Amino acid sequence: MTMLLDLITGYWWDARDLSNMTRPLYEFLRDQGVSDAGIFVISALLGTLAIISFVGAVAIINIWVERRVVGRMQSRLGPNRLGPFGLLQPIADAIKLMQKEVLQPASAPGWIYTVAPIAFTVPGIAILAVIPWGRNMVLANLDVGLLYILGLSSLAVLSVFMAGYSSNNKYSLFGAMRVIAMLVSYEIPIVAGLLGIVLFAGSMNLQEIVLFQEEHWAFMIMLQPLAFLIYFFSISAELNRTPADIAEAESEIVGGYHTEYSGMKFGLFYAAELINAVAVSAIIATLFLGGWWTYKLDEFIPGWMLLIGKIYGVYFIFVWTRGTLPRFRIDQLLAFAWKWLTPMALINVIVVAAEVLLWNETGWSDWFWIPAIIAINTALCVGLIVFFVKVFAPKFQRFPTRPRFYPGIDVPSLPAVTPPDFARKGGPA
Amino acid sequence: MPVKAAPVEVNIGPQHPSTHGVFRMVAKIDGERIVDVNMIVGYLHRSMEKLAEERTFTQNIPFTDRMDYLAAMSGNLGYCLSVEKLAGVEVPERAMYLRVIFAELQRVASHCMATGAFINDCGAWQTPVMWCFRDRERVLDLFEMTCGARLTTNYMRIGGVAFDIPDEFLPALDKLINDELPKAFEEYEELIVGNEIIMMRARDVGVVTPEVAINASLSGPLLRSAGIAWDLRKADPYCGYDRFKFDIPVGYNGDAYDRMVIRIEEMKQSLRIIRQAVADLPDGAHKTDIPLALRPPAGEAYSRVESPKGELGFYVVSDGGPAPYRWHVRAPSLINLSVLREMTIGQTISDAIVTLGSIDINVGELDR
Repeated sequence: MTMLLDLITGYWWDARDLSNMTRPLYEFLRDQGVSDAGIFVISALLGTLAIISFVGAVAIINIWVERRVVGRMQSRLGPNRLGPFGLLQPIADAIKLMQKEVLQPASAPGWIYTVAPIAFTVPGIAILAVIPWGRNMVLANLDVGLLYILGLSSLAVLSVFMAGYSSNNKYSLFGAMRVIAMLVSYEIPIVAGLLGIVLFAGSMNLQEIVLFQEEHWAFMIMLQPLAFLIYFFSISAELNRTPADIAEAESEIVGGYHTEYSGMKFGLFYAAELINAVAVSAIIATLFLGGWWTYKLDEFIPGWMLLIGKIYGVYFIFVWTRGTLPRFRIDQLLAFAWKWLTPMALINVIVVAAEVLLWNETGWSDWFWIPAIIAINTALCVGLIVFFVKVFAPKFQRFPTRPRFYPGIDVPSLPAVTPPDFARKGGPA
Repeated sequence: MPVKAAPVEVNIGPQHPSTHGVFRMVAKIDGERIVDVNMIVGYLHRSMEKLAEERTFTQNIPFTDRMDYLAAMSGNLGYCLSVEKLAGVEVPERAMYLRVIFAELQRVASHCMATGAFINDCGAWQTPVMWCFRDRERVLDLFEMTCGARLTTNYMRIGGVAFDIPDEFLPALDKLINDELPKAFEEYEELIVGNEIIMMRARDVGVVTPEVAINASLSGPLLRSAGIAWDLRKADPYCGYDRFKFDIPVGYNGDAYDRMVIRIEEMKQSLRIIRQAVADLPDGAHKTDIPLALRPPAGEAYSRVESPKGELGFYVVSDGGPAPYRWHVRAPSLINLSVLREMTIGQTISDAIVTLGSIDINVGELDR
């Protein structure tokens, strides 16, 4: 019984906040006569080690999760041979990839080709450093956490460009070209979408954003449903996941940027893609779904467990869209960013700015403003989407989706039908 | 100032995930736009037409399986019809109905495959193709039940079919066409037909005008998508197709989307035909006995069937010997592919892949 009480009363073994473990470590090192700077360096290294081990475990687990979930969606079993439920399959995959010869095209010399897969893995790991896992459980409590995340998530795209450019393959170059075009377009809705959160929380610190949600008893997704949708779609474009996986577009440009990669270099791309997906899920869970805070639930369940649950919830949606949707064409994808997401995000920022201003100026109670903002922003989200669909959606309804029918045996040939607007004028988007 | 660059030449195929075999397109590309396409075929040439001159008429039936291996029954049927026409062999009523049932089941299987592969070309991550495979497997199970083979069935014979259907066939068929497949087609409608991304990708892509379609001698869903109601089962009925009630679905715009919905609708019409054929299935022999080494009188015959890909014609010349003097196949895949250049120029690479997928070529039949 005392054990149980100890577990929830804030001793260093309290499972709710693993950061308590650092206190005995700090005391031990101080007794050994280590200076404060030395303690800082040692604890930073240990924290980094923890994040990297988490990332490694996540990459291994996610290979299984992704293959298994998509397998079920495709009415097949997925990995099921190795270990219980095929859980050891990713390890076998990794062993196979490590044994394979790493082929490098003779026409692709240079260090860029080698560095690209390594550079691709860095942002996903580095992003997880600023994610708050509990009330005191942050490795790097940066005041510019959101800016840091935005910068790093663009870096992943840069390494994709490095890979595609240095492979000396036309398909890879297409992938690289597409990635740059996409990056330029999608950074704007991403940043403009997240601006609303910063306006609400008044800080770019992720911990502050979580605390804002806790203080006002509302997930950010309720206050900012439109920003959530914009961010979710834009980031899935930056992550190269369907419906926006135009950079690797298997059916068109074979593998895009990683066509020429083999062995563990390809394995790094594959693993880093999953790590990036988890990092992005962590961002979404923290910014929009309350992070480690979940109403009263985080007093009974450790916050970091709740956060991992939320991360996998978001990750499941990523896998779901990947298993369901076809791909956009590049011009449609860019048109979607410029004509739909960017204006929507800007309108959202203006509305949020007005709301925050009124909130601060009127000085009325939060119990009035939070429900009011939820109502206004949900209406804005639905209204804007309906408006855009009505006004700007590509018009495919010139022709019905059902074919015509010609019954009867005496109809060998019917007069050809020429629709009014027959000529193809550019892209339909 | 617009930047002008020299067009880049890209080899799409012969080793490419979306060329449905070993077909090769050499595309000249300016940015993402295709300036010119050169089509190169022949990577799967197996010299079947020449080989057939060395084999007896019956021995040639397996070749027709291996031409369009996704529609083996239709190939069997077309070839057997032409030899029967040449030799004047009568086919029993029951064999005719069995042929219709199996040819229509084969159409369902082939169109399933075509639809799934087409959505895959649009960029879906294998899910539609797996769903379509699931339904195709159900049809192939019935083939296996009847003739022991799933893909290269070798089921039709000159003068009938090789085996009569087993006892458990009709209940299984009833479950398939009245329960499983209609449900599957409803799923397709929900997942594919109303999908906005598919509309964006496939509407106005790979447009064939009616004039081009007729001039290029197109057939099958490609021709019908252009708004021309031409189906050999109606226009030149063979094998008793004039006894069944069914409709020809016809498109509006001649684009890839029309072809896809036409295929889905044709599968439903096939089920309609099968239901009528099962209801009227007569008793009797399933085969006319013919000599093992059939020697048709000297002469020539051409017969054509509506295979899932289009008009599949067999031209057989006999000099009175046991083997054909000349055997020519009018392969719909090859002739339908001839408009690919007109369809793709000015489009992007992504569109070209979608266009190729919507034509539904089969390289085994293309190169023979």
